[in-house]
Amino acid sequence: MLSRLKLWVLIISFLILAFLPIVAEAIGEEFYISLVARMMIFAIAAMSLDLILGYGGMISFGHAMFFGLGCYSVGILAFYEITNGWVQLAVCVFGTALIGLFVGYISLRTSGIYFIMVTFALAQMFYFLGISLETYGGDDGLPIDTRSEFFSFFDLSEELNMYYLILGTLTACTILGWKCVNSRFGMVLRGSRANLPRMEAIGFPTLKYRLSAFIISGVMCGLAGFLLGNLTEFLTPEYMHWFRSGEIMVMVIVGGMGTLFGPLYGAFAYLIFEEVMASFTEYWQFYFGPILIVLVLFAKQGLWGLLPGKERLGDE
Amino acid sequence: MSDVILQVRDLNKSFGGVVATDHLDFDVQFGEIHAVIGPNGAGKTTFVAQLAGMLSPDSGEIIFAGTEIGSMSAPERSHLGLARSFQITSVFPAFSALENVILAIQAHAGHSFRFWKPASTDVDLVKPAREILEQVGLGQRSLSLAGNLAHGEQRQLEIAMALATEPKMLLLDEPTAGMGAEESENMRQFLRRLKGEYSMLLIEHDMDTVFSLADRVTVLVYGRAIATGSPDEIRNNSEVRAAYLGEDEVQTDA
Repeated sequence: MLSRLKLWVLIISFLILAFLPIVAEAIGEEFYISLVARMMIFAIAAMSLDLILGYGGMISFGHAMFFGLGCYSVGILAFYEITNGWVQLAVCVFGTALIGLFVGYISLRTSGIYFIMVTFALAQMFYFLGISLETYGGDDGLPIDTRSEFFSFFDLSEELNMYYLILGTLTACTILGWKCVNSRFGMVLRGSRANLPRMEAIGFPTLKYRLSAFIISGVMCGLAGFLLGNLTEFLTPEYMHWFRSGEIMVMVIVGGMGTLFGPLYGAFAYLIFEEVMASFTEYWQFYFGPILIVLVLFAKQGLWGLLPGKERLGDE
Repeated sequence: MSDVILQVRDLNKSFGGVVATDHLDFDVQFGEIHAVIGPNGAGKTTFVAQLAGMLSPDSGEIIFAGTEIGSMSAPERSHLGLARSFQITSVFPAFSALENVILAIQAHAGHSFRFWKPASTDVDLVKPAREILEQVGLGQRSLSLAGNLAHGEQRQLEIAMALATEPKMLLLDEPTAGMGAEESENMRQFLRRLKGEYSMLLIEHDMDTVFSLADRVTVLVYGRAIATGSPDEIRNNSEVRAAYLGEDEVQTDA
């Protein structure tokens, strides 16, 4: 399955993430802690999209909707002074699952370009809903005064605790995601991507499985939004804008579609590139474009695919 | 009636003005191979699609193993024991031969909402999958990617997947399509071995295969069954010869 080299790359990457805050504090650059924390959040979002995009062949162009919804579940509850993290988390998980069910059920009736358009349109609906909610700041957004409160001994207002909560979530999502794509469920998902009529003919009611994958992916992305709301202490409908959905998709493609771990690196690569280039030029995307084209043309499985040992999906 | 596994009564399907299935009556007995032949455009594919649940008939009944299945979905029919192979090879090319069969077994081993244990090393799936691959003669090839198998082997894998769903009846859509003479002969031998164990509906262009395997043959022309009978009866039926077999009597389609 996973080559030894890839496994080591992963282990070392996570070790680096685990020790990064210590190093950052030692050299007095605490700024890196929240910067990397933000990258990890996007890594979770990208990985969640890869579950359905890479493994399930569902080109969701509205995934940022879940991202934003996760953020709103923290922000709106905090607005009413419900800062209990467990309540917020429950609202986030059930809320995104329910909306995932709704959006997935509608969009999975279609396929191809129509699937892309339906997910896009529904996500934009939520974006405009966010803008119209003046109580919660409309398009200006709304500061979140208090971060989620889970345990008295684990205060999220400490940047380090926040960082390790995000790292823990990323680790859990990575392990669970990997288990998932190789399980029986993952086989059904990969088979459905490759040949839907064939899957139906051998006896899989594929809609059930694909819809479940859509919901799981949505909840996972919602969790990323939940963390982002806490990290930035700010909610804004901008998180749900289609541009965000596109960004997350680019991260998946850069890192390697259908590799699960690739999008993690894709998210880091994209955000580091943005961070570095944006300090030189406002038009950093102008320079990103050609890189994306080269990657798409010459590295079918993105950055992760540059490492030896190919992932197999069921087609191509 | 108990010796009939599949019964089709007055089946109709048309696309706009084109009648693809025209008041079709048809049945398959337990354990027999019933072949359906007909010139291109005779409605064979449409017929198979209605049996397998890819198309719904305009009217008529399809009764399989005592159950009316005309309005059931494809997965539901598969669970009743109706397995189909595809005309165009449709194995999963990036899965190994073993994984292809595993997937088919998995489809009939309870629900697949199992998220933890890796499927391709799950002994409950791997063991029966290996047995089926042995049975179809692909035992040596189980770890090869399906996409790297020879065409004939892919066709065999296709049938292995159908067998893995523990069917009562096989719906074989041109199992020798695109095969050379030797591969076709292997496939015929293979199907002969399965004969009796499974009821089969065989859609086939290759007349050697039809006349050497089938117990009964139905000739479809413009969606209508113009004749049903033993291979000899069909061969000697003047209407069939006029409509389909033509002057050559036996034509072999590659």
